[in-house]
Amino acid sequence: MSEQSNELADLVGAEHAATGREYTAGFVTEIETDTLPPGLDENVVRAISGKKEEPAWMTEWRLDAFGRWQRMRTPRWAHVQFPDIDFQAISYFSAPKGDAPKSLDEVDPELLRTYEKLGIPLHERARLAGVETAAEDAPQVAVDAVFDSVSVATTFKERLAEAGVVFCSMSEAIREHPELVRKYLGSVVPKPDNFYAALNSAVFSDGSFVYVPKNTRCPMELSTYFRINAENTGQFERTLIIADEGAYVSYLEGCTAPMRDDNQLHAAVVELVALADAEIKYSTVQNWYPGDEQGNGGIYNFVTKRGACLGERSKISWTQVETGSAITWKYPSVVLRGADSVGEFYSVALTRNFQQADTGTKMTHIGPRTKSTIVSKGISAGRSQNSYRGRVRMNPGAKGARNYTQCDSLLIGDACGAHTFPYIESKLPSAVVEHEATTSKVSDEQLFLCQQRGIEPERAVAMIVNGFCRDVFRTLPMEFAVEAAKLLEVSLEGAVG
Amino acid sequence: MSLLRVEDLHVEVDAKPILAGIDLEVRAGEVHAVMGPNGSGKSTLANVLAGRPGYDVTRGCVTVDGEDVTGLEPEERSLRGLFLAFQYPIEIPGVSNMEFLKAAVDAHALGRGEDPPSAVEFVKRARAAASRLALNPDFLKRGVNDGFSGGEKKRNEILQMLILEPRLAVLDETDSGLDIDALGVVADGINAFRDVGNAVILVTHYQRLLNYVVPDHVHVLANGRIVRSGDASLALELEERGYGWLDA
Repeated sequence: MSEQSNELADLVGAEHAATGREYTAGFVTEIETDTLPPGLDENVVRAISGKKEEPAWMTEWRLDAFGRWQRMRTPRWAHVQFPDIDFQAISYFSAPKGDAPKSLDEVDPELLRTYEKLGIPLHERARLAGVETAAEDAPQVAVDAVFDSVSVATTFKERLAEAGVVFCSMSEAIREHPELVRKYLGSVVPKPDNFYAALNSAVFSDGSFVYVPKNTRCPMELSTYFRINAENTGQFERTLIIADEGAYVSYLEGCTAPMRDDNQLHAAVVELVALADAEIKYSTVQNWYPGDEQGNGGIYNFVTKRGACLGERSKISWTQVETGSAITWKYPSVVLRGADSVGEFYSVALTRNFQQADTGTKMTHIGPRTKSTIVSKGISAGRSQNSYRGRVRMNPGAKGARNYTQCDSLLIGDACGAHTFPYIESKLPSAVVEHEATTSKVSDEQLFLCQQRGIEPERAVAMIVNGFCRDVFRTLPMEFAVEAAKLLEVSLEGAVG
Repeated sequence: MSLLRVEDLHVEVDAKPILAGIDLEVRAGEVHAVMGPNGSGKSTLANVLAGRPGYDVTRGCVTVDGEDVTGLEPEERSLRGLFLAFQYPIEIPGVSNMEFLKAAVDAHALGRGEDPPSAVEFVKRARAAASRLALNPDFLKRGVNDGFSGGEKKRNEILQMLILEPRLAVLDETDSGLDIDALGVVADGINAFRDVGNAVILVTHYQRLLNYVVPDHVHVLANGRIVRSGDASLALELEERGYGWLDA
């Protein structure tokens, strides 16, 4: 019987993939905002800190980062091209007007409608869009909604608090849990780690904070939904997730933005900390506005994501489905410090039109018998460029460490490009590093077979691409897997011919 | 009324003439065999009926149930009941046979203005068809033709035919590469499919398959034309005397 239910699950996924059209998240919410004028100097950094009523240590932390950022230069090594960004032309803070809402009832109805429209309900009885039909008994999901620079609502806080789980905005965490924030903020991604991380450290606005206490399994999926709305504004969120010894948490992240002709900058930092026997599963469905068919507009998604497996037998797993953004520059990584710790990276990156993606991961093996798995699926269509860049590093202490990397590229049409840049640095001969790579093309013969059986070419391509990505989709929570399959189909509209 | 009518069909591939005026009429309930030596245009005829890109119709037309389908897309012809069993079935790794079949069945249901079958109902149907062709149920879970043996690929084509229930099935050398047992299974599948409401065109080199599936009409193709038509006995005569005999 279980065989049959597997088949059914596949079919349900396939049916769900058959709906949806174009970039439906591209609308603008008309709402009064409190926005800082464009420009960046020490006063702006102080102003952001002031707006958030931060303690002095936090302000100093930001200023230190700002000083370091000023001495750094834009990285140029990625396989992407774009004009220089004028950092003085960007506004670094934009928030809906008024005091921060204390409960869901106080949230501006216009904002609630925005999230409703995006399929992210902020009332606590609902589930993520599309879930009702996919699985009746799907678990509920707690949502932190970040709108431009601030968190506007976090759901299920009380229920989570009963389990001892802290899930709140970063601003609130700085006020309420300063000891945890001071201990771990910047511990995985140090301020001067790279140009965009330093910038984020100076001007980060909001983001999510999660702490799961010892031996606690977080009772529901946590998720943050990022929305950029304001024009000429950058979004610089900061997320910190700490899983204490023996804790488990699954966290989902989604993102969208309106369609605008100008490029907008999104430079986030995400830090994950897993102590002994803890596990963090972090899933992203990234659907930032990718720009139009001529390559105008779209988000520059320059993000630093890294997890530290500090404790023995800890595990961090990244899954990402990247379909949006004009440019993606992103390498969710794991530092495997604890003995027997495990790092995983599963990625689907789809580019079309003039999109550029340079994405991959870094697995740094420090502890003995650490294991990492990398599965990357790149799909290129139109005139897009899609690069996998990954580094596997085996330090001298990583005796018995193993890595397996599988890196597959699928091409649709002949004007796009797929590139693979694997770096393997092994300081000890006993470590095992395996790398497999393939490149394939959606062939005319495959399309004709599908058409001959009555399946339209666009549906056929979506089906083939879905099949290509199955290994990664399997690692997503059910509701996100359905979402991801749907998103891919929408993103592939017009990719044939 | 004839189910399929081919009139004065001229086809070029890369500006090279392959078919030079084919006339063919197939009625419901009939099985036609199209035979002929290598390069005579048999496969071209099969592919052009299905609307494969790269085959240019320079003159003539193809009608199905009285409707001219010459200018239709392959999927539109499929929805009108035209099925092609491929000579060399292509692989689609990652897409399961089950998922592929369901997508096809759904497209056909929607084309008829019906609701697609439920997943449970569909799985039942697919398993029944698989067992008729002596295929293990696991076969449905594997990628489309991915890692299939030659015989499995051909049986998979017949499986798709049984599930889609087309009006006209064009089987392009489905018998080639089959051992004698597999040939029997495939032939049983074709005979089970035969019905007063549909028709089959068997494109083949050899008489072998025709011992199992007895055709009502046999046509011999040479140099892009039908040079001889007859009943089942024509195939036997060809088997005995070879194609050379027709040139005389």
